[in-house]
This record gives sequence, structure tokens and C-alpha cells, in this order.
Amino acid sequence: MKPYRKVAVIGAGLTKFMRRALETGRELSFYAVKEALSSSGLKFKDIQSVVMATAPDAFDGVHMKGEYLADGAGGFKRPYMRSFVGGGSGVFAIIHGWYMVASGMFDTCLVVAEEKMSSCQPHPQAAFNSIYDHTLERPLGVNLLWIFALEMQRYMHVHKISEEEIALVSVKNKKNALDHPSAQVAEEVTVKDVLNSEIMAWPVRRLMVSPTSDGAGAIVLAAEHIARRVSEKPVWIEGIGWCLDSSFWTNRDLYYPDYVEKAARMAYEMAGIKEPSKEIHVAEPYDPFAYKELHHMEGLLLCKRGEAPKLTAKGVTQRNGDLPVCPSGGLLGVGNPIAAAGVMKLCEIFWQLRGEAGKRQVPGNPKRGVAQAWGDLMQVGTVVVLGI
Amino acid sequence: MKVRGKDLKKEEFDRIVKIEYRPKLLYAWDSGYAVGKFLQGLKEGKILGIRCRKCERILVPPRAFCEFCFVPIDEWVELKDTGRVNTFSISYISWDVRRLEKPEIPAVIEIDGASPGIGILHLLGEVKPEEVRVGMRVKAVWKKESERIGAITDILYFKPLKGEE
Repeated sequence: MKPYRKVAVIGAGLTKFMRRALETGRELSFYAVKEALSSSGLKFKDIQSVVMATAPDAFDGVHMKGEYLADGAGGFKRPYMRSFVGGGSGVFAIIHGWYMVASGMFDTCLVVAEEKMSSCQPHPQAAFNSIYDHTLERPLGVNLLWIFALEMQRYMHVHKISEEEIALVSVKNKKNALDHPSAQVAEEVTVKDVLNSEIMAWPVRRLMVSPTSDGAGAIVLAAEHIARRVSEKPVWIEGIGWCLDSSFWTNRDLYYPDYVEKAARMAYEMAGIKEPSKEIHVAEPYDPFAYKELHHMEGLLLCKRGEAPKLTAKGVTQRNGDLPVCPSGGLLGVGNPIAAAGVMKLCEIFWQLRGEAGKRQVPGNPKRGVAQAWGDLMQVGTVVVLGI
Repeated sequence: MKVRGKDLKKEEFDRIVKIEYRPKLLYAWDSGYAVGKFLQGLKEGKILGIRCRKCERILVPPRAFCEFCFVPIDEWVELKDTGRVNTFSISYISWDVRRLEKPEIPAVIEIDGASPGIGILHLLGEVKPEEVRVGMRVKAVWKKESERIGAITDILYFKPLKGEE
């Protein structure tokens, strides 16, 4: 393996995730950063570099949103950069933060993620339409749900998966989120409730979709010599990986996310992981839609292809199961402020490994966890492995 | 952890002071070399693909380079206007999240004559939503020749090809 410095996560903070926040994006960023810093043992003056993740400018109607948010994110007069790969941005930003510190350029890095989708009227979904090809796809009257529905259908078709099996993910995650202080759409629902919720774009039903959200998250990264000095429980970044697939998405078989597997293999190799299903103790795969959690468990090699629904039905992915998946409540329960959702997932692994997840804590003193995000046109996988 | 944030109710959001801004932007996108020729084909009632001499894939939509082999490609192939449904959805939601009475049926359609698994996004029509299946054989329904303008919408939709499986 190539030489690099060890990098630790030493602090984490989130705001509430909300349908319509009163606060501006800058205010949300500021609150998340203050929380992350206060839990890290570092002061603001100790921060040497800042990475910001925020999704398309079109949500806010603010061009150069990274620059607009810089003050709230603590980027003022510091080396500051924006990371952006659509929905994958939150975890991608952490990978960028790792580079900042691992390279030896900086001893500390603040990674901030913010999203405020509610400004976009009448509905933020419209801002997504421009991800489609302008000449060959948009004239057909596209909407964002189409690509998820098409992918879900393909996944269900290839593995003969039922709607009931997929609904179980919504039930689990929305329930897990009842214990998360940031949660926006936590609730107790049954499989029947999910299957009776309205069809949006079949096979996608309302309760299988994460909400649009406003919110922010932040984490503090430090080089080993700093982390060991200021933190009692540093959590190490053991592996990073990312991969982008072709934007000719109608030429790919959507039933399996190859690009997530490639990203995961990169991260696992770096972490020295040979058997992910045994060596990963807690997982936060990206779950903007219920089937996506299953799809990504498979891409992350946590089980065989087509096996994720069966493990879910057996209860393996519950908090007290053999492989807890989305103990946070995920995007389906906590909410989906795009870039901040990826950071929320990493925060959860951080708290779980430190034994600080409170009511959400999974048993068995987990030593290693994986967080993953996904985005662009069914295209990008971003993966971070944390360990203690 | 202190979790901050004030979540506004819809009524509160509607009441608070807001600045409204409607961007008025107009874009004129070039079709480029490969898609330009594809659009010309559509105007003539043909679906054109393009073949990479190196990996031998026949691709649609066409592109000027093979992203696998990273070489320029220019061997044009006329494909059929029939194909097979790879995946589909029945969508009740418009682009701005209004409810549609009559659903739209977007689908990825693998085009006959292209390499296996190579498809395009289009719509299905002349079919009941509950009768659509993955693997269903379909055929393009074209606009009248005089009405075609060289756009993806020169194909109105794909309809089931009866008697074929």
C-alpha cells in the first residue's frame, strides 16, 4: 500500500432534518459545525482546511453555492474546496477531507455538508430534471422518479423480489429513526401501510421514498498525532473508495450497481478487509428509496446478489441482528438533505463505533463500519470504512 | 448532541417573508456529431446505431467515441424500429409532482440490431398499464413523415408487437 498518514474522525454534528427550515443554508452549516467542533476537542482556530459538500445550485437558486455557504461552514480565509457528485457528495467530501490530511498538507480538516431543498418551488424534484440528456431524454417529459422506478423494477425482475420484501426496509428504517434526534419522517408503519401508500411511479410507492429535506452535518478530521492528543476515542478512516459509471445509463443493466462494488473493493483493499460480510459490523448504505438499501448492500458485498431481501426478512439487518443496516433510520426515516444525508451516515458509524449512539446503539461493541452514498445518473458510488 | 433547526409548517412557510425569483433562461443545445446524425435518421423514420470496431458493440444512442475502448467510432448501422422492454415504470407523477390521472409508461427499450442490453429511454403506448411486462416485444409508432422534425419525439411511443414473445 502507498504511504500516507492515518486520519481520524474526532467530532461529528448534525442539525435537525426538516421539510422547510426557517434557517438559511449558512445558518444550518454554522450550527452543524459548532456541534462537530464542540465534540472534537479542537477549537475553530485549529481548523486548517475545509471541505464543503452541497448538491445542485438549482435547489437554492444560488450560483456558486459553495462560495455562498463558505462563511457558515467556517471556510473564511482558509483553504476551502467544494466536493460534488450529486447524491454521493456527502461521503465524497469525507474522501476529499481524508486527502487533505493524509497527504500531509494539513493536520486538520472540517468537512461540512448542507442542503436546503425547500426553497425550490413548486417542488425541488423539478430541479433534478436537468440530470437527463437534454436532447434525447428531457423531451419525453422526464421526472426524477422514473430512473428509480426503472432501476427498482429491473432489480425486482432479475431476482424475483416482491414488493413486500422491499417494504420491510421502509418499516425498519422509519422505526429506527424514532430514536434519532434529527429525524424528519420517523414513524411506526407496517408492511401493509407501505403497500397501501399511493403509487408514485410504480413500483415506487410514497412510503418507499425518502422526503425532500433541509439540514446540515459536519465532521472533524485530524492527523494521528493530533487525534491521539485531543480525542479519547478517535475513529480511524481505514478505507476510501469511489467510482463513476457511464452516463449512458440505458446501456447498463440497472439490476446491479457495479460502480458501488468497484468503490467498495477499493475501500476494502485499503482497509485490509477480505470478507466484508464478516468483517463489517455495522453498515449505513445509501437508502433514498427502500430498494436502494438492498441494492447497495449487494454492491457493498455485504451479501450475495439478490440475497439482501432475504436477510432483511430474516431480521439480520435489524439493530440487534447479525449485520445491523441503517441503525440511524437512514434517509427513509431521518430524511434526505442530499449531501448532508451522506455525512449523517458517517456520523452514525462514528457514534456506533464509539458506543455513543444512545438508544440506537447496536449491541456487540462494533469495531468496524461502512458508510456509502450514491448519486448522479445512477452513476456514482462513494464508500468510507471506519474502524477503531 | 444539540440538534438545532426550526421546521416550519406549510402555513408558516407560506406566511413568512420570502423573495421570489423566476430565472428566465433559454438554452439552445447543439446535438453534436453523433446525436445529430441520429436525429436526422429519426426524421427519415430510421433508428441509427453506431458500431465500435474494437469491442464490436453496436450502440444506441450513438456517440462519437467508445467510452470502453476510448477510440473514435464512425461505423453507422441501421437498426430495426422494434425491440424488447428491459424495464418500465407506471408513473402517476408529473415533473413538478402533480398527480396524473392517466399514467405515463416510461421504459428502457433494447433496440433490435443493437448489442444485447443496449437500449434507449422512451414511452410505451396503446397498452394497458397492467399488461406491460419486462421482456415484452414492442415497435415504434412514428409521427407522420411531414410532422417529423429530427427529434426523439418523432417516435410518439412504442406499442406492443402482437404475437411475438
